[in-house]
This record gives sequence, structure tokens and C-alpha cells, in this order.
Amino acid sequence: MKVFMAQDLLKANVGMAVKNREIFSSNGTLVVNIIGSPGAGKTALLEQTLDLLAPEFKIAVIEGDIYTSRDVERLENKGAELIQINTAGGCHLDAGMVAGVMGALPLDEIDIIFIENIGNLVCPAEFDLGEDCKVVVLSSSEGGDKPAKYPVIFRKSEVCVITKTDLIPYTNFDLSQVTAEIEGINGNIKIFPLAAVKGEGLGAWTGWLKMKLAEKRGLPAAE
Amino acid sequence: MHEFALVRGLMEAVLTEAENNGIQKINIIKIVVGEMTAALPDALRFSFEILSRDTPAQDAELLIDKQALQLDCRQCRFSFPGESLNYNCPQCGSGNTEIVKGQELYIEYFEGE
Repeated sequence: MKVFMAQDLLKANVGMAVKNREIFSSNGTLVVNIIGSPGAGKTALLEQTLDLLAPEFKIAVIEGDIYTSRDVERLENKGAELIQINTAGGCHLDAGMVAGVMGALPLDEIDIIFIENIGNLVCPAEFDLGEDCKVVVLSSSEGGDKPAKYPVIFRKSEVCVITKTDLIPYTNFDLSQVTAEIEGINGNIKIFPLAAVKGEGLGAWTGWLKMKLAEKRGLPAAE
Repeated sequence: MHEFALVRGLMEAVLTEAENNGIQKINIIKIVVGEMTAALPDALRFSFEILSRDTPAQDAELLIDKQALQLDCRQCRFSFPGESLNYNCPQCGSGNTEIVKGQELYIEYFEGE
């Protein structure tokens, strides 16, 4: 007997992600899924972003990590609600893991949730968490060949933050060439080059986040 | 290795459907995998071998139909294959393109008795 199914392999995750998205949206909360290699600077970006936005907005961070809570420790005392998910070996967060922790957040009070995914450019690309947008973080020090090697995540992301631009003089990273390559993979992507620990170039990134939040709440964007 | 998670979804779906149809031995499972997914056929096969052990799908053949990337331009409606890593429209140059094929990740059918 032949049984036709036409069933998505990610059906369970997709269903859960749709529910998460409904809950986030009914609370007017902007949710940003941050994806990048280990060491790309995801947590450093969040450290600086919290410094700039936490005085004005109520922010939560869901930190995905395989084993440790070191990233959460780095973000303590910055005025954000912090939640740790340890995947115990798992290479990505899935929508069920996010659903399991979101009840611990006062969603009606929160403006923006950042979800820092597991350091990995492959697997997190396939798992919708219910976010509004994916942001891929690429550092100058990991090499400009990454967009071509991992096109799926660059295609699916709304923004690419290029970190560690202050290190470009010490690498063979060619910013204009990499930018052109990313825009070839995804013609609609917004690219924000910055040096988080130096505090350089963060304005365009935080401005975009404010614009997204205003858009989500149907308000005119205030720059 | 998120292929393990994908194959877990595959096993749950196929085994439930097999039970619903009174199938006790599954011989073939066919899945469709687009080029623009991060699922590797070898890793899918490996995960399947492990997760199908001691189930009605043990020793079943896993057929993987790879789908090439195909895009449509939202500006000029030109349709083109995503052969290089430039997915902008080769006709009008617009970056506003849509992937119409190559993102598939689904079970097409299974056969058993």
C-alpha cells in the first residue's frame, strides 16, 4: 500500500512557532532571533544594544546555549529580563523550547525580546521560533566566505550585522565585496557594519530596531 | 546535526500514518529536500538508520528527491534557476526575488504492507 502524505518535516515546529508568534503579536512584543557562528559577537552586540535601549524600552533576552549560562552572566545588571535555555548538546533552539520559557516573561510589559540562538550558521536557519525577523551576525574575523558557504541563513535573514569592523585592517575581509555577495544572495537584506565593543556604528542598528517596533505596533517610526 | 530532529519528525508522522492504515512493515519512504535547506542527505540517512531501529520502518529504503533552486522576480516576473550564488534577477537586476522551488522539506509518500 502506498500512502501519500505531503507533510512538512518541520510540521510540529511550524505549528508551535505560529502559536508563539500569535502570543508575541497579541502583546505587541517585537521578537528578534539572533543567529551567528560561535564567537561572531552575538553577545557583545547584545551587551551594547542593551546599554543603548534598556533605558528607553523594556527588554528581555532568551539566551540559548548548549551547556553554560556564561552569556546570561555577561548581560546581568543591564536592566533586561534574562532567561537561559540550555539545549544539552542540541545545535539549535526550536519553537517548543521558546514556548516552554515564554510564560516566565511578563509579555504585556515587554517591548523587545532578543533570542540569542546557539552559535551555528546551519541548523538555526531551519527552525522558526515565532520571531518577527532573523538577524544574522557575521564577524570580519571569521572570514568573508561565510555568506557563500551558508547562503540559507543569509537568504532568510532580514538584517545582517557585520561585527568587529575595527579588526578589518588585520584580516583579509573585504567589506564591499562581502556586502555585494550578501546582497546577491538576498537583495532585500539590510546590512549594518559595526564595532560593538568600541561602540561604533550601533546607531543604524538600534534605529532599525526602533523602526521595527513602531511598525509592529502600527505607530509612525520615530527616529 | 539538526537532521536528527528532522528525521524524528519524519518517523512520528510516518509511524502514526502507518498505524492508521494498518501497515506493519514499511518498505519505502520518499522525502523531498530542496537545495535551499540545510538538510544533508547523508546526515538524513544516518539519522534514519538510527531512529528507525526496532520500528516498522527498520530497513526501509529512504528515497531523497533533491529539488534544485528556482526563483521568480517580483518586479518583472522573470523565472530563473538559482545556479550561482546571485539570486538577483538576471533580466532586470532587481533583488526583490522569491524562491519558488528549492525550499521543500516534506514527506511525499511511503509504501508498506
